[in-house]
Amino acid sequence: MLTGIEAAFFYLFAFVAVASAFMVIAAKNPVHSVLFLILTFFNAAGLFLLTGAEFLAMILLVVYVGAVAVLFLFVVMMLDVDFAALKSGALQYAPVGALVGIVLAAELIVVAGGYAFTPELAATASMPTPDLAVRSNTAALGDILYTHYVHYFQMAGLILLVAMIGAIVLTLRHKPNVRRQSVAAQVARTPATAIEVKKVETGKGI
Amino acid sequence: MTTALSTSLSLLGPELILAVGAVALLMIGVFSAEQRANRLVTGLSVAVLVAALLWMWFYGRDGYAFGGAIIQDAFGRFMKSLALIGSAVTLFMSVGFAKSERFDKFEFPVLIVLCTLGMMLMITANDMLGLYLGLELQSLAIYVLAAFNRDSLRSTEAGLKYFVLGALSSGMLLYGISLVYGYTGHTGFQEIALALNGSERQLGLVFGLVFVLAGLAFKISAVPFHMWTPDVYEGAPTPITAFMAAAPKMAAMALTVRVTMEAFAPIAPDWQQIIVFISIASMLLGSFAAIGQRNIKRLMAYSSIGHMGFALVGLAANSETGVRGVVLYMAIYLAMTLGTFAVILAMRRKEGNVENIDDLAGLSTTHPLMALVLTIMMFSLAGIPPLAGFWAKWYVFLAAINSGLYALSVIGVLASVVGAFYYLRLIKIMWFDEPVGSFVPVAGELRVVLAVSAAFTLLYVLIGGPLGNMAEAAAMSFF
Repeated sequence: MLTGIEAAFFYLFAFVAVASAFMVIAAKNPVHSVLFLILTFFNAAGLFLLTGAEFLAMILLVVYVGAVAVLFLFVVMMLDVDFAALKSGALQYAPVGALVGIVLAAELIVVAGGYAFTPELAATASMPTPDLAVRSNTAALGDILYTHYVHYFQMAGLILLVAMIGAIVLTLRHKPNVRRQSVAAQVARTPATAIEVKKVETGKGI
Repeated sequence: MTTALSTSLSLLGPELILAVGAVALLMIGVFSAEQRANRLVTGLSVAVLVAALLWMWFYGRDGYAFGGAIIQDAFGRFMKSLALIGSAVTLFMSVGFAKSERFDKFEFPVLIVLCTLGMMLMITANDMLGLYLGLELQSLAIYVLAAFNRDSLRSTEAGLKYFVLGALSSGMLLYGISLVYGYTGHTGFQEIALALNGSERQLGLVFGLVFVLAGLAFKISAVPFHMWTPDVYEGAPTPITAFMAAAPKMAAMALTVRVTMEAFAPIAPDWQQIIVFISIASMLLGSFAAIGQRNIKRLMAYSSIGHMGFALVGLAANSETGVRGVVLYMAIYLAMTLGTFAVILAMRRKEGNVENIDDLAGLSTTHPLMALVLTIMMFSLAGIPPLAGFWAKWYVFLAAINSGLYALSVIGVLASVVGAFYYLRLIKIMWFDEPVGSFVPVAGELRVVLAVSAAFTLLYVLIGGPLGNMAEAAAMSFF
């Protein structure tokens, strides 16, 4: 059980997470929705930290806030979608949403309950989680990832390399008439090359 | 099973050559002069592929690496040789085409090398995890390659279509793998086989097996997972179509053989019926659907669907001769495919490449040698003795009959008779129709490929012995 300051933080994170998750679907402005989603992610990361899963917390922030949520933000701002019209009939789908929610909750309970009812199940894991006091999560993951699974780790890296090459090959175009900013050239300008001084005499016209 | 890192790395020689080579080539391509980059990197890529091949032949050892994640054996070496040869030859053939169609970017050979690396890792995979990662590396490179000519609408359509369907098939494969893992508790092939040996068969596991085979059948474009093949083959630039028809098929077929013969060996009757069904459906569809085709790349797509069906006949036999038949079939299919695509690449008029079957009319009077080679290829694809294609079919049907699969063999022979129709129609158009115009002279690199593949197909009776012995050794890996 959580006590004292840990409990206080748990309830703080949990309350803000639930409240902001509700605001994601309730907010009128889709940009606000995405911002509330980011707040939810932050609080979920806080909950992970409280349970000692610091790696998950960091990954959640890096991947979901850093990449996914920002991508959402781009999509929402770039695409001209009339979200008010989309939302007008949303309430009639509430029963379906509730059903999906109940199924999801039931599955979560079954998964978590399985470990609660048969504690020996945890011992069958091929790579058991080491004691948190001895080895942190991140270090323990690294222990496995860079030894047993180094081969797969490298393969995954190659797949990402192919994805990167592919994205560049298929989209990069070298247009001849684009004027790119050249910082070095701008900084290297001197008054002699940039300014022309003219002596304008009076009464002669410009 | 823990192995020292140095031992593991030494077993992984050819794959390391490709991985390091691809990264180095990328750097060379970026920093060399733009107009020479493609030619330089293509040449070096072929050199890297050949280096990997030679390393494998001279220094290749058997064994397990990375705690059983990787297996090196005679079967893997044979299939990897085929994949490497397929990749190297298609790269070699692409030089002139890439230049004339103006997509001569240096990323093209680099992606081919990375794709080949994916195939090698597929063939060496001894674990579901490695299987999936290898497959994904290979597929991702091909998605990009199919859309490589990005200014052509059909090429981008081909890339997108293949990508979406490929993602779907990856999903099915992963779902199957997760079910298999759930029911056996393992992802390693040997461990799965051990877990299946003792226990009685569970329904959920068969579900997993079906999904895994569906994912693999997509990659070898076997019916009913063939829908993408004609469109993608037609839309992709021709050298890439040649590549897709040749090399990745080797890897996917090798993987199918390894998964069924190794991981699911204890439940052979279950996968045998699936393979028999896929095989019959592919042979029939490949034969009948090709009849109405006007585009020679689409024709080759249906032809490859049919040939995958014939190759699977050998796998359905579930015997040593069956695996030997599959391995030999793939080797001969590779030679025939490369030869045929060399002709397709040579179908070039002054205004550009053409790919309609009618453009071949009267080829015997305008280009007698090219017509002769294509005739040999078509007779061989149809399975006329004594050409190589006949022996390929002979091995797989012999194995099927030895295993008592009479119905499958009869349907297969009938399908090959139907298939002979469209191959012979091509020959008729070349030799008996009026010429409609002449092609430009055949490029030097295509001449080499034409000569070698024609010689292989014609003289297979002479060199079949040593090749058969190698295939025999490859098949022994599973028994």
